[in-house]
Amino acid sequence: MKRKLSLFAIPYVIWMAIFVVAPVILVVLYAFSSKHGFTLDNFARMGTYAVVFGRSFKLALIATVVCLAIGYPVSCMMSREGPRFQRIAMVLIMLPMWMNFLLRTYSWMAILENNGLLNQLFQKIGLIDLWNQLFGTNLTFFPMMNTQGAVVLGMVYNYLPFMILPIYSVIIKLDPSLLEAARDLGADSVNVFRRVILPLSLPGVLSGVTMVFVPSVSTFAISTMLGGGTRILLGDLIEQQFTGGAYNPYLGAAIALVMMVIVVLCMWVMNHFGEGEEQAVML
Amino acid sequence: MKKTTALALILAMCLTLTGCGGGTGGSNGEKREVNVCSWGEYIDENLIYQFEEETGIKVNYSTAESNEALYSLLSMGGADYDVVVPSDYMISQLIEEGLLAELNYENIPNFSQIDDRFKNLSYDPENKYTVPYTWGTLGIIYNSTMVNGPITSWSAMFDPAYSNNVLMIRNSRDALGIALIYLGYSVNTTDEAEIREAFQLLSDAKNNGVYQGFFMDETFLKMEGGNAAICSYYAGDFLTMLDNNPDLAYVVPKEGANWFVDAMCVLKNAQHKEEAEAWINFLASNEASMANMDYIGYASPNTKVLEEYPAYYEETYGEPLDQGRYEIMAAPKEVLDTCEAYLVLPAETRALYNDLWTELGI
Amino acid sequence: MKRGASVFNRVVMALVFLFLYAPIFLLIIFSFNAGNSNMVWKGFSLHWYGQLFHNRLIMQSVYTTLLVSFLATLIATVAGTFAAIGFYAMRRRWRSPLMTINNIPMMNADIVTGVSLCLLFVAFFGLWENFAVWFNSFGLFRLPTHLSMGFGTMLIAHVTFNIPYVILSIGPKLRQMDKNLIDAAQDLGCTWMQAFWKVVLPEIKPGVISGALTAFTMSIDDFVISYFTAGSSASTLAVTIYGMTKRRVNPQINAVSTLLFVAVLLLLAAVNIREARQERMAAQRQS
Repeated sequence: MKRKLSLFAIPYVIWMAIFVVAPVILVVLYAFSSKHGFTLDNFARMGTYAVVFGRSFKLALIATVVCLAIGYPVSCMMSREGPRFQRIAMVLIMLPMWMNFLLRTYSWMAILENNGLLNQLFQKIGLIDLWNQLFGTNLTFFPMMNTQGAVVLGMVYNYLPFMILPIYSVIIKLDPSLLEAARDLGADSVNVFRRVILPLSLPGVLSGVTMVFVPSVSTFAISTMLGGGTRILLGDLIEQQFTGGAYNPYLGAAIALVMMVIVVLCMWVMNHFGEGEEQAVML
Repeated sequence: MKKTTALALILAMCLTLTGCGGGTGGSNGEKREVNVCSWGEYIDENLIYQFEEETGIKVNYSTAESNEALYSLLSMGGADYDVVVPSDYMISQLIEEGLLAELNYENIPNFSQIDDRFKNLSYDPENKYTVPYTWGTLGIIYNSTMVNGPITSWSAMFDPAYSNNVLMIRNSRDALGIALIYLGYSVNTTDEAEIREAFQLLSDAKNNGVYQGFFMDETFLKMEGGNAAICSYYAGDFLTMLDNNPDLAYVVPKEGANWFVDAMCVLKNAQHKEEAEAWINFLASNEASMANMDYIGYASPNTKVLEEYPAYYEETYGEPLDQGRYEIMAAPKEVLDTCEAYLVLPAETRALYNDLWTELGI
Repeated sequence: MKRGASVFNRVVMALVFLFLYAPIFLLIIFSFNAGNSNMVWKGFSLHWYGQLFHNRLIMQSVYTTLLVSFLATLIATVAGTFAAIGFYAMRRRWRSPLMTINNIPMMNADIVTGVSLCLLFVAFFGLWENFAVWFNSFGLFRLPTHLSMGFGTMLIAHVTFNIPYVILSIGPKLRQMDKNLIDAAQDLGCTWMQAFWKVVLPEIKPGVISGALTAFTMSIDDFVISYFTAGSSASTLAVTIYGMTKRRVNPQINAVSTLLFVAVLLLLAAVNIREARQERMAAQRQS
């Protein structure tokens, strides 16, 4: 019987064949060609960009860990509130994302700038003077803009809701009697969490990690707006090939292809940390 | 179920909210229309409505992010625009690749109003494809309270004295162009050694921590808020920054600068060529050109408009136009003579630019 | 589980909401700025709101954005729910490769998705033109020969990049569901359609909702893919905003964003008050 339900997927499989697989085939074709036909040159140049790959994956990983560290406890806390609070909170968590990304990032710039709101606040409460006295420095502001920290902040800000939502939607469905049973059987709260809640919420965690990590790797504009653009990320690198001065879609496709392969590998490894069959979200 | 009702309610509410915006932008063959792609904030919008009223032609006005983004869409055949407004170097590239249609200037009588200085320019030497829209210079904007004395040279863009206080423009052509001008080379050089020398200059400055970063539109926020001392940007945009921060000043450095022309062109596969020419003719008229110059802040190429703008300004705002302000907007001839326009670079040089630019970002 | 949260929990949540909303509040404040800066305050004014309602470009792009986002969310949620159930019911041998393909739009850089879809559409239009010319030569009835990108292609693109998020939200809920539930329902006499409506759907509802929310969010915020698939007659708010970045972003954009934000908040409040009243009435009736 259950097998019959798998027919539900057929329309989408056809849709994928046209609008997902066909474009990917185009990308692969482009990656292996140049204006003059087949070539492997695009991949030969990949070594030059190793630094960018490393930086992108590192920052995406940090952002994912931070999102998880904030998102998991918040999901748990939300699930303990009343049902109405939960409904509102869920929409409230998503709502900021409905404002345009560019506008939100401008706002962050106004907050983090050298003369921005935060620095003015620090100045007012004397934090900067205190810092200068303590460490013998001569700062007039805390440099927060144009750092990698600002880029990570931008990523966390943008993708945090995608971590909270899947974790929350799994935790809220945990059977309370299961936790009671665990407690009755003598587990302390640490053990209840470690042995019961955590394993049962793992599918949500894996979904969340995927939804944060994957788009973080290929994100663009955040690094130029908050990070100054002096150290670009993969998304910017790819974008430059398509809408930069030289218009080299072949190289852009090749970089994107390599990035996809690495992401798939990362997901594969991650899912094997999970418990095989049931946790396999991506593969 | 309640969530669905909520969603339906949002939908209904938003539709009524924007109902006045109306129109799905769908097209049918009967209606006369013209598809225009330009830059955002690059037209006095009332002109669109005025044109529609006068001619009955509907204008589908969309915007692109940059010359390069526009080019990539056009080269893929992904756009059915009729009129585009690229900058000089992009125009010559589009002509070279056969993407533009020759104009019928009989349908554009207002072309005669264009100043001779802006006809037959290097990007379109026989003037068969284009009608200029705006022009201006790319100079240095600086915060006079944050620098020691007035700035007169491009050297400020590479000076470690202004460490972490300079904003470089995020555009390979402009950034390398600035370095080339400072080194005394042509912005259109194809000599790889010269370009590499310019790149080295930028790269050294970056490694010395001169730059806060490479920025485009973010520049406004940073300069207005006094978060950076020096940047390079377009003259027309300086004026709007000045309104928010009176400490700012603009200079075309003594080494010269780049000057640009953005011109209206019709694409070869345009479906509405006649309407497109009517639109171009309308925007080239004195009234439209004057309204645009006032709204955008970029100079008009129209002789009469350039002459009469100070009077128009005084009449509209009730105060005389400052001569300095006017000359920043429309650079006088002797300044313009020190400036050089971009030409399209050969494909190899473009690839070199792109590689160097990427290297700078790594 | 313990109901009623501690003060500590509330404080943490308040901080997270502060983090999420600080930039939004700043944006709202600057929509009332008399000047056109996002950084320099020049006094209170409703100037930009007044101008906004005469700005056809912005209003039309808001309309297009909402329309495409709602339609794309609706289609993607329905299709994604069915697809997720289908995937869940599949053997692992089939599911694994399909899930990987499903995740491609998410893994791909936006610009690559946008460009490749654009190339696909252009190629299809080329084929179509040949076909239509050939077909029209029979003179049965005329097919349009010249197709161009527009709202339809943009909608297809949005649905395509939304579905993976819906599936990813629903997947965990399905795995959490008791596997015997469907069989039990059928043993009790449900048809498999009934089993789906009455058993499966209520179980995965939170996942469906969060999937729909995510899809809507992705649609609203997308710029690159819309730019490459929208053609010349449809432009979303995000495309319009990015189009302004060569110069400065018009503060009317802040104003329209504020209005949309307030509209959603009011709606949320209204729905909530109504639900509270219904609950109270239900409680009264019971007692």
